[in-house]
Amino acid sequence: MSKNIDELKNISSQVRRDIVRMVHQVQSGHPGGSLGCTDFLVYLFFNLMKRKDSFDMNGFNEDVFFISNGHISPVFYSVLSRAGYFDKSELSTFRKLNSRLQGHPATHEGLPGIRVASGSLGQGLSVAVGSALAKKLNKEDNVVYVLMGDGELQEGQIWEAMMYAAHNKVDNIIATIDFNGQQIDGPVDEINSLLDLKDKLESFGWKVYESDGNDFESLSSTLEKARKNLFNGFPIINIMKTVMGKGVDFMENSHKWHGIPPNDEQLNDALSQNKETLGDY
Amino acid sequence: MERKEYTYTEKKDTRSGFGDGLTELGKTNENVVALCADLTGSLKMNDFKNNHPERFFQVGIAEANMMGLAAGLTIGGKIPFTGTFANFSTGRVYDQIRQSIAYSHKNVKICASHAGLTLGEDGATHQILEDIGMMKMLPGMTVINPCDYNQTKLATIALGDHIGPAYLRFGRPKWPIFTPENAKFQIGKGIKFLDGNDISIFATGHMLWQALEAEKILFSLGISCEVINIHTIKPLDEEIILESIKKTKCAISCEEHNIIGGLGESISRLISEKHPIPFKVIGVNDSFGESGKPLDLLEKYNLNPESIKEAALEVIDKK
Repeated sequence: MSKNIDELKNISSQVRRDIVRMVHQVQSGHPGGSLGCTDFLVYLFFNLMKRKDSFDMNGFNEDVFFISNGHISPVFYSVLSRAGYFDKSELSTFRKLNSRLQGHPATHEGLPGIRVASGSLGQGLSVAVGSALAKKLNKEDNVVYVLMGDGELQEGQIWEAMMYAAHNKVDNIIATIDFNGQQIDGPVDEINSLLDLKDKLESFGWKVYESDGNDFESLSSTLEKARKNLFNGFPIINIMKTVMGKGVDFMENSHKWHGIPPNDEQLNDALSQNKETLGDY
Repeated sequence: MERKEYTYTEKKDTRSGFGDGLTELGKTNENVVALCADLTGSLKMNDFKNNHPERFFQVGIAEANMMGLAAGLTIGGKIPFTGTFANFSTGRVYDQIRQSIAYSHKNVKICASHAGLTLGEDGATHQILEDIGMMKMLPGMTVINPCDYNQTKLATIALGDHIGPAYLRFGRPKWPIFTPENAKFQIGKGIKFLDGNDISIFATGHMLWQALEAEKILFSLGISCEVINIHTIKPLDEEIILESIKKTKCAISCEEHNIIGGLGESISRLISEKHPIPFKVIGVNDSFGESGKPLDLLEKYNLNPESIKEAALEVIDKK
């Protein structure tokens, strides 16, 4: 059953607590992008995707999701857990020895919800398109979702996949770009600018939508519109503006929090800004 | 086993064995799909493409994307066979294979033609001699290098039932067909071609024929060779190797690959750990290839029967 906006906000608040606690606990991981993509992943898993409660690798007759920017694993793990794929207590094992919650998402340890490893950037769109081809062969009408970073678009493989999907009319996919404008070494515009991204994507043959990834109303209206445009002979992409570090004021809008954990004081500050709504792990 | 003198009546390229094997698989297994990066004719995938257009994916010159698409197709129960040259099947896309296929344990069959020196005139940019090494280093990856048309066809068909990532390496030149078309082929199980007592010769790919030719020279010198085909480099059939060297007490290995990272290196490790004996690896001596005709290249790089004979005499002398 779909959640209303207040319920979604409550889930996001809890997920943000999970993220900062996980990263703080091992003093390692990527909080910035995780916080920025929290609302999107919450909306995707709790309202948008037609998915089964249990996990099987093939994902027959359900929507599937791939995360290409695997470094934002904290938000992925938290949302998977809160969506019921595994118990929230396992979040405490993040990045520790013998954990299923590896630094970057992996299938190797059998964590439910993960269908391919990611971390080395630029590979997820190809995998998602391949999965969409399999769904077509299987005559399914389900949808493949995939999330990429904006800095990640500097990888050439992404554009190989963009060309392929448009040329072959792969129209059962909705890709999303986390457009936060930041990458490890600084603003994307200073490192290797994407210039007019919408124009670029349109010229590659994709139907482009734009959304505010930290506003549930924007996410809802954009992605519902996008869904209605599926199976029309073109792939769909959502340029989603987000604020890196969203929800923790001192982390917002800075690439400095890409891969830095908070200290004890900063953790308490971050937690005070996000109330416990579903019980901490 | 009575000594048999291996001969052939026909030459055919091993890549055609792949193409014909894929055609067979297409008829019997509807989950088999094929992807190609603008080399459909070279990889002999046209039959599959024509018979099953809906299951054939022309990817264009974009090998990295092809590996990702293949990984994605497995999610949904498909069994993808990718086709391009060996160089573009491995070195160019190593990280894609490593993360999206091997680490993710996807059921992708990476099928690679034009491997080794014998692709000939195109030269070193295309003559990869490091691919076996790269692929065998990936945990969980099966690595197969069949010896002739028939064996390549059988290996391709066997991969349809094999679960997990695999690398199938074959070549461009027309090459003697000397194995039966109905031979038993089991992934991971070596095949004894000749029984012998004085030396074990382990060979993979095109080099098995070269080894059988060398055996004829050695036989004429009164030397009894045990010739064993190791078509699957990983997992290595340790049993057949150890059993043979315990009898012959010396061995050589032959492959169309750098001596670093190939079959010989795997056998070296096995021998040094479990049963040390005199051993020599025949392969390309840590260099790139060059343009030329296939047989001329094999001769220049000491992958011809005469060089195998010399190496055999050398290790027998060390016993």
